[in-house]
Amino acid sequence: MTPGTSSFLDFLAAHDASLLPGRDLPGGEVPAAPTATTIVALTFDGGVVMAGDRRATAGSMIASRHIEKVFPADEYSAVGIAGTAGLAIELVRLFQLELEHYEKIEGTLLSLDGKANRLATMIRSSLPLAMQGLAVVPVFGGYDLARGEGRIFSYDVTGGRYEEAEFHAVGSGSVFARGSLKKLWWAGMDQQDAVRTAVHALVDAADDDSATGGPDATRQIWPVVATVTATGYRRVDDEALATAHREVEGVRRATRGVGGDQR
Amino acid sequence: MSMPFYVSPEQLMKDRADYARKGIARGRSVVVLAYEGGIAFATENPSRALHKISEIYDRIAFAAVGKYNEFENLRVAGVRYADLRGYSYDRADVNARGLANAYAQTLGTVFTTESKPLEVELVVAEVGTTEDEDQVYRLSYDGSVADERGHVVMGGQAEHLSQRCAERWEPGMDLEGAVRLAVDVLGTQPEGQAREIGAAQLEVAVLDRARPRRAFRRLTGPVLAELLGRA
Repeated sequence: MTPGTSSFLDFLAAHDASLLPGRDLPGGEVPAAPTATTIVALTFDGGVVMAGDRRATAGSMIASRHIEKVFPADEYSAVGIAGTAGLAIELVRLFQLELEHYEKIEGTLLSLDGKANRLATMIRSSLPLAMQGLAVVPVFGGYDLARGEGRIFSYDVTGGRYEEAEFHAVGSGSVFARGSLKKLWWAGMDQQDAVRTAVHALVDAADDDSATGGPDATRQIWPVVATVTATGYRRVDDEALATAHREVEGVRRATRGVGGDQR
Repeated sequence: MSMPFYVSPEQLMKDRADYARKGIARGRSVVVLAYEGGIAFATENPSRALHKISEIYDRIAFAAVGKYNEFENLRVAGVRYADLRGYSYDRADVNARGLANAYAQTLGTVFTTESKPLEVELVVAEVGTTEDEDQVYRLSYDGSVADERGHVVMGGQAEHLSQRCAERWEPGMDLEGAVRLAVDVLGTQPEGQAREIGAAQLEVAVLDRARPRRAFRRLTGPVLAELLGRA
């Protein structure tokens, strides 16, 4: 009944901080827990695409082959997470709620920069967890309604927030995905190109990183690929992903080499 | 030494109730109507920013009349209650009944213990998967709760408008019919010609059963004008 903050996080901390993940940690080693791996994000003409593979690993074991790591943060933004899966998914749940809570209380959406800063604060507050080896590294992308373009933000474990101009990747396969995107991305690509490129980058990452799972045509498990444009967040359906995957395979086969011709 | 005047509890409660009722009757009315696709809310409100109708949670909305600062506080408390509950359990575990109970406790406590009752009247509505599962609770300044069916009018000339509403409301109305009825009811006056309220003076929102997660939607601008047949 007291007037106060529009932040759910601040309210929760004041009301019952024990509900927040990762406060009051005991010391000691943390046993092997599932880790979520590669996320790629790239801008295109009119929005952003974010894609995540479906694998989670615990040590050398595959903990899950259909985990989802890309989520809608709100109607006009998406968040993808790499790192300790349990904490990362909780963080996303809290972040989604934080944005929705603000929207309901204030009656207006946060600016895209505001959302990105909020996420940075949340990452920073889980720094003690990161120091125990339970790091969570997100990538945030969305459509900036004020500027009319897609934007991507990357983070480090200390909560540092950096805007990326073209594309970004996080997680164990990010080195390979970023290398792939460096060759595949071009300015002014359309949505379909961007979705295919995102799938291509994940295939390249899965090729070289054991913790990244490529598209699985046998089980029909496709990466989670989402687009955020002026019309909002939309998840790309399986059929379109199967097509994109076939195209990528086609390109790779045509040049008889791993990687294939660009574009 | 002077003795304080003795005031009987009956008189004390009656005075407080009269005070609250007077405050509530001063404002404009809010009409809440069930229609086939959900629940519609309408009120006369020229402000685009100071809302009387708001979203609380995925399937729950809130409408209020009375003093703005008082019901705004209650609204924020409701959003916090719902978000906290949804976060600690699951989104499916947040329902209008629990929220109505929480409001009833607050209103009842303030009515009996504070020096001044809250001059507000609220509706908490939840849209279900079918029309039978819709829930509409009306809460008064003293914490009393009524489980309403079909239609509710509160604030302003509530009794008079409620009668008008009952004459014309029927189950299974479409959205257009419901919004027109609500606006007609808002425009009626105790005597003389009914007023026509312009789309810019109206605040209209629905809990739309067909929407996937967040059912709350405001109807403004061209959409509203078209529904009213004044496009």
